[in-house]
Amino acid sequence: MLLIELATGFCLMVGAIFLLVGSIGLFRLPDFYMRLHGPTKATTLGLGAILTASIIFFSFRGDGISTKEILIIWFIFLTAPITAHMLSKAALHVRQKPRADTLNQDRLASIRERRQ
Amino acid sequence: MRRMNHKPYIPHPFQFLMLFIVWLLLTHRYSLGNMLLAAILAWLVPIAAMAIRAPTTPVRRPLKAISFFWLLLGDIFVSNIVVAKQVLGATERLRPGFIAVPLDMQAALPITLLASTISLTPGTVSIEITEDHQFLYVHALHVESEKEMVDRIKRRYEKPLKEIFQC
Repeated sequence: MLLIELATGFCLMVGAIFLLVGSIGLFRLPDFYMRLHGPTKATTLGLGAILTASIIFFSFRGDGISTKEILIIWFIFLTAPITAHMLSKAALHVRQKPRADTLNQDRLASIRERRQ
Repeated sequence: MRRMNHKPYIPHPFQFLMLFIVWLLLTHRYSLGNMLLAAILAWLVPIAAMAIRAPTTPVRRPLKAISFFWLLLGDIFVSNIVVAKQVLGATERLRPGFIAVPLDMQAALPITLLASTISLTPGTVSIEITEDHQFLYVHALHVESEKEMVDRIKRRYEKPLKEIFQC
């Protein structure tokens, strides 16, 4: 039982740390496009770890293996990139300025118009 | 549409499997009756939905797809740690940038998967694709070398996807 508690605790800690890092990223990074990186991905892994903790915890309570979390992880992995894509696309079209030292920002106009 | 003779019973094996698993996970009962119901639904729904299906690229190498999934999972984990360091370190020293990744594939599904892969691996978000499907534009949190980054994406993610879909 101790082993299960340790594993659950470990997964929860890992998840919490990545979620915290994602939020710190959202707070610290300077422009919109960079801020996008924090919440879209650190949170994916963070939630994955927390849901894994949930699987471990509820699987050993005698009600059989808990599997619903797998579905949640699956749907998050499917939708997170799409959210990131739509947000960045919206930012492109309202002409959010990237940070001044961003590489290749002269290509923004052609990116917006989907040209090469 | 008539089915070919050697594969008459399950017209869409991949969708059958997906629906079967999702139904079992959602209902969370693993009795024989529920499995039978899942099988019937997984068999009927793709047939019923055939009329509104967009043409997709079939998966040719399912085993490669599984190993790609594990590679992706590992990469997500490792590069999350890298990005965590970047986020907590001096953000002024990061060199963000937009990079253009030339694509070797044309079909929509493999490109979607590549774009999602890029977005899921930390440090990069796919932003836009050119109308002619020649380039995928990616925003990177920190660009050491543009060429290296493009090479890495092409070698590590595009190549296995090309093998999986044989396109």
